[in-house]
Amino acid sequence: MDVSVRNIRKEFDRYPALNDVSLDIRSGELIALLGPSGSGKTTLLRLIAGLEQPTLGSIFFGEEDASHKSVQERHVGFVFQHYALFRHMTVADNIAFGLTVRTRSERPPKAEIRRRVEELLDMVHLSGLGKRYPNQLSGGQRQRVALARAMAIEPRVLLLDEPFGALDAKVRKELRRWLREFHDRTGHTTVFVTHDQEEALELADRVVVMSQGKIEQVGSSDDVYDRPNSPFVFSFIGDSASLPVTVEEGGIRFEGKETGIAPGAGDIAAGEGTLFFRPQDVALVTDPAAPALEGRVATSRRLAGTRIADIDVGTPERPHHVEIEVPLDANAAGGASIRFRPTRWKLFGA
Amino acid sequence: MAHEIRRFRSPTTEAPLARYGLMALAFLFLALFLILPLAAVFIEAFRKGVGEFLAAFGDPDTLAAIRLTLLVAVIAVPLNLVFGVAAAWAIAKFEFKGKAFLTTLIDLPFSVSPVISGLVYVLLFGSASMLGPWLKSHGIEILFAVPGIVLATIFVTFPFVARELIPLMQDQGTGDEEAALSLGASGWQTFRYVTLPNIRWGLLYGVLLCNARAMGEFGAVSVVSGRIRGLTNTMPLHVEILYNEYNFVAAFAVASLLAGLALVTLVVKTLLELRYGAEIAAGRKH
Repeated sequence: MDVSVRNIRKEFDRYPALNDVSLDIRSGELIALLGPSGSGKTTLLRLIAGLEQPTLGSIFFGEEDASHKSVQERHVGFVFQHYALFRHMTVADNIAFGLTVRTRSERPPKAEIRRRVEELLDMVHLSGLGKRYPNQLSGGQRQRVALARAMAIEPRVLLLDEPFGALDAKVRKELRRWLREFHDRTGHTTVFVTHDQEEALELADRVVVMSQGKIEQVGSSDDVYDRPNSPFVFSFIGDSASLPVTVEEGGIRFEGKETGIAPGAGDIAAGEGTLFFRPQDVALVTDPAAPALEGRVATSRRLAGTRIADIDVGTPERPHHVEIEVPLDANAAGGASIRFRPTRWKLFGA
Repeated sequence: MAHEIRRFRSPTTEAPLARYGLMALAFLFLALFLILPLAAVFIEAFRKGVGEFLAAFGDPDTLAAIRLTLLVAVIAVPLNLVFGVAAAWAIAKFEFKGKAFLTTLIDLPFSVSPVISGLVYVLLFGSASMLGPWLKSHGIEILFAVPGIVLATIFVTFPFVARELIPLMQDQGTGDEEAALSLGASGWQTFRYVTLPNIRWGLLYGVLLCNARAMGEFGAVSVVSGRIRGLTNTMPLHVEILYNEYNFVAAFAVASLLAGLALVTLVVKTLLELRYGAEIAAGRKH
């Protein structure tokens, strides 16, 4: 089921949580809404589900305008951050809930419901736990019960709010892989919210990066990591360093000095801007005559197979720190002088 | 080593003298002001033997008082249950203007003297009131009749269920309800299968307290009842009348019934707290 969000605005007490957001979700896609807290990602998810009503704009499910449909009519599977399992019901009753509340004419017979529940329990690898109560399950198991419960109604779209937020690191990783397999097997259009970029980049077909009620960028993991389209996305996704620079005579200058790199096609040709680069995308410059960024090592730390150095490239009056990766054999002791040049970078106009 | 360890005290624990002193004070106070009077009720009731005690309940006026008290409770408690759930639902799950005002209003009967609660109805329905003559000409009796007693009792007891449920429901939030709705449940189904089971023990607890107060209320009921023997006397009023007539055994016999009710309430309440402590605790944060 395609889902199309068109020019959505959502205000809470006059304060806009979402401002003119449009997004097309393709059928069968696994999509991540990624952003810091307060970016509006959960609000967007709840709007798609019908748990909130938009102030302006519309939401289409396929060709059908679902904007004014109730949450029941939208027929979506929603997995809540804290699962919201019914604590007084067994796991089996929880999963069966969406079927048992149907009107008599639409409700499958009891035996059929029982069969469906068994099937779903099997699908989420929880066979034999149907008689347990939610508080007798681990966090990861509850998560899967919540998913099975949402899947029981054969939803048109599956929506997950911070699906792994409340789990410990190891279970998170396992479940992440499992959810990807699950999605590939069932083929449901799936949207999940996360603030964990690693999760979004690893799991999703496309990542929607959000900030302050707006969509900053929509793209594959490669797109948002390698070709971020805004300073926000560059600094939010992955590690990065930024420098206030000027572009003069076809070269990028920092503090008035040449850096040895020039703006590429599509970058600003002159004026002030901000230079972004990743810590690993730098090369040390050994030739003292060649122009480069220059600074002193403030601190450095060993990080697995690499060394990360915090370098002050500013002046004594205006210190400016950047973190870069340096070869293990380079002198990165505190106070050492280092000259380097970004090998890949992005320049954003001020 | 053992005595070394014993010497260590948690920083919040006082010296033994202070500790035992405080405990003794608490027990002494309870014994003096609670256990002693309670024991006195039962001792007085059985002073002339079991026969006399039972004979007190043979009196038709006493039986009428017991029946009336039960009738009032049977009407007032379910009404307050419905009101309490509705008010708690509205306050805990919706945002609306005047919410803080409603919350304060629910507490009103706790802060107003029961006598005032009764007087309100006298002023409203009495012969000197605006409604009085109209009611009289239509043959509707409210004051000095069962409806007045029921109204006064409802007024006095309506905070119990609501106050028990509001913090509990606020604590539980709307997540479970949203889940039920997203699974296709109707509003009623959501309430019936999700909300109600989530609050059942808190609800039972509130109903228990509400019932105890409904049966034991004296002040407000006394004002509106008119104390017509066999007709508008509830148990607490009947106890006073018997006592004033120097019929001590009968007075204390009826009183022991009320005290027994209180003890049963206490036991059930304690059992509920032991069994469903966590669920009810949320309701006692106020």
